[in-house]
Amino acid sequence: MDELQALAHGFGVALSLKNIALMFTGVILGVIIGVLPGLGGANGVAILLPLTFGMAQTPGGATSAIILLSCIYWGALFGGAITSILFNIPGEPWSVATTFDGYPLAQQGRAGTALTAAFTSSFVGAFVAVIVITFLSPVVANFALEFGPPEFFAVYLLTFCAFVGTSKEPAFKTIAAMMLGFALAAVGTDTVTGTLRLTFGSTHLLTGFDFLVCVIGLFGIGEILLTLEEGLAFRGANAKINVRVVLDTWKELPRYWLTSLRSSAVGCFMGIVPGGATPASFMSYGVARRFSPDGDKFGSGKVEGVVAPETAAHAAGTSALLPMITLGVPGSPTAAVLLGGLMIWGLQPGPLLFVEQKDFVWGLIASMYLGNIAGLIVVLTCVPLFAAILRVPFSVIAPIIMVICAIGSFTVKNAIFDVWMMVVFGVLGYLFKKLQYPLAPLVLAVVLGDNAESSFRQAMLMSQGDLSILFSKKLVGFMTTLALILLFWPLISWALAKVRGK
Amino acid sequence: MTEGQEGRAAFRHKSAELAVAALFFIFGAIVITDSVRLGFGWQEVHGPRPGYFPFYIGLLICICATINFVRALLLAPDKNKTFVQVGQLRLVLTVLIPTAIYAALVTWIGIYVSSALFIAFFMRWLGKYDWWKVAAVSVTTMVVFYVIFEKWFQVPLPKGPLESLLGLN
Repeated sequence: MDELQALAHGFGVALSLKNIALMFTGVILGVIIGVLPGLGGANGVAILLPLTFGMAQTPGGATSAIILLSCIYWGALFGGAITSILFNIPGEPWSVATTFDGYPLAQQGRAGTALTAAFTSSFVGAFVAVIVITFLSPVVANFALEFGPPEFFAVYLLTFCAFVGTSKEPAFKTIAAMMLGFALAAVGTDTVTGTLRLTFGSTHLLTGFDFLVCVIGLFGIGEILLTLEEGLAFRGANAKINVRVVLDTWKELPRYWLTSLRSSAVGCFMGIVPGGATPASFMSYGVARRFSPDGDKFGSGKVEGVVAPETAAHAAGTSALLPMITLGVPGSPTAAVLLGGLMIWGLQPGPLLFVEQKDFVWGLIASMYLGNIAGLIVVLTCVPLFAAILRVPFSVIAPIIMVICAIGSFTVKNAIFDVWMMVVFGVLGYLFKKLQYPLAPLVLAVVLGDNAESSFRQAMLMSQGDLSILFSKKLVGFMTTLALILLFWPLISWALAKVRGK
Repeated sequence: MTEGQEGRAAFRHKSAELAVAALFFIFGAIVITDSVRLGFGWQEVHGPRPGYFPFYIGLLICICATINFVRALLLAPDKNKTFVQVGQLRLVLTVLIPTAIYAALVTWIGIYVSSALFIAFFMRWLGKYDWWKVAAVSVTTMVVFYVIFEKWFQVPLPKGPLESLLGLN
């Protein structure tokens, strides 16, 4: 069992006083970010990323930096549940399904039960996903070591086609948003030839659009504009968790072991395939309702209805890191931001990471175990505190969040131009959200655009411009075919429905 | 119409869809134009020219934008729901315009002073708070941020005339 040995080594790296302190800091920051409107996992990490530049330069600092940032991510995942259950406002898209049964429970005065169930099942989901990561990622990485440019391009193709195949948004809007991301990524200096592209003589555009600014604008400012429209008034249930409620709920939870297991499986699968946490949580809520003996009572405040989506969302959110560290292809927007972080710190994500940066990779994986334990402790003990944040009036907290977003955009490259771009992206984010243009593929395209392009160009060089190289070998051919099936899936399913309807 | 002025639709879905699709098309066209300038063909030894990849990206954007535009045109009238109500739009704009001014002000007076003004505006205008509360919150926040960023993380943020007057540069 090489993995266990490597993991033990990872625990050695992660278990320093400094790293544990960072874990708790990260989780607490993450929960706050997850609770606040307009700040979520993706842009919370994006705002804090520039602050870790310095930290990552010190020896072993990259590991500490990723521990801090990934713990913010775990915290944000936990935080989403708090607002869903207490205020019926999903702090994050993946906690929408949690509101279905969580909020009714809170209205019945069982907020403590709902929160405990949500946190515990989040923990279980994440834990299963980390175990999957521990044992599956070395295998995937090893496998991927053989990859050449055509294979890598096929992986990218698969990732992006999967968005078209799995997203609820109209296919052409998904493609349009994705291509917009690729085009934005192409702005600036061409990585292969050094030619300036799409800059139109502007010096601001020499280095291109930074994905961090995109994320902060699209998710942060866009979200606040949307929230404003609803004329936001927070009216929430009271949150009290005491040891008794926790223990009582824990006694009840083992009953739902099958739901947990099913939801973890759905979550892990959806996280690795870039479907993401949001569809995973809905899917697993639906599955649980179908299979549960009292499925018809779902929506009226069943604990099981909280367990299912939370387990899946966390399993998906966590396993989204598997393709990120093994292939360099993130499964979710937040994973994309973390990936961007690795690149900025000078680490090349991908299979070589497992060979060249053992400390980093296994330290990160070990920190996932520890970070989730830290997360569970923090959320169970501090819920009233976090709920209190939501009682700060919107007209006070919103401008402060926007200022934080502005500072975050500025610090990326020390450019005021980026603050302006943030506002532009904010308007785009607002429009896109309302018109059902998906943001996740856009962000992923901005992050991965340069890599996807250079692997494509290298593949084309190998074959002298012959596209058939994407079918030249078994593996690459399989991935390309699968990608094409996913790309045309909306069309295929439409045709199937037509045939069946006749 | 029984709804009040505030609840009236400022824009309907169709016009919003059409506008965004048109924007996408224009953007795609810009990308294509520049790619053509750079050359999108094949070059001996070097392989694809710099415009190769963006050219097809731009092409796809234009194709998708056209399809989205046509689909929006074909939108059934009963599905043409309100995109944004007048009242909502006014709220969004009362935030968006100050935000744009805020972003512009950063260049002249630095991020600290403009942020404090921005928070103050927001609290006074939308929250209707007393002036002393407005002043207390906005100034305290910026002092805390100053300490966090300049002292703790040592990240210098843009400063303006006020900071140089106080000798904080």
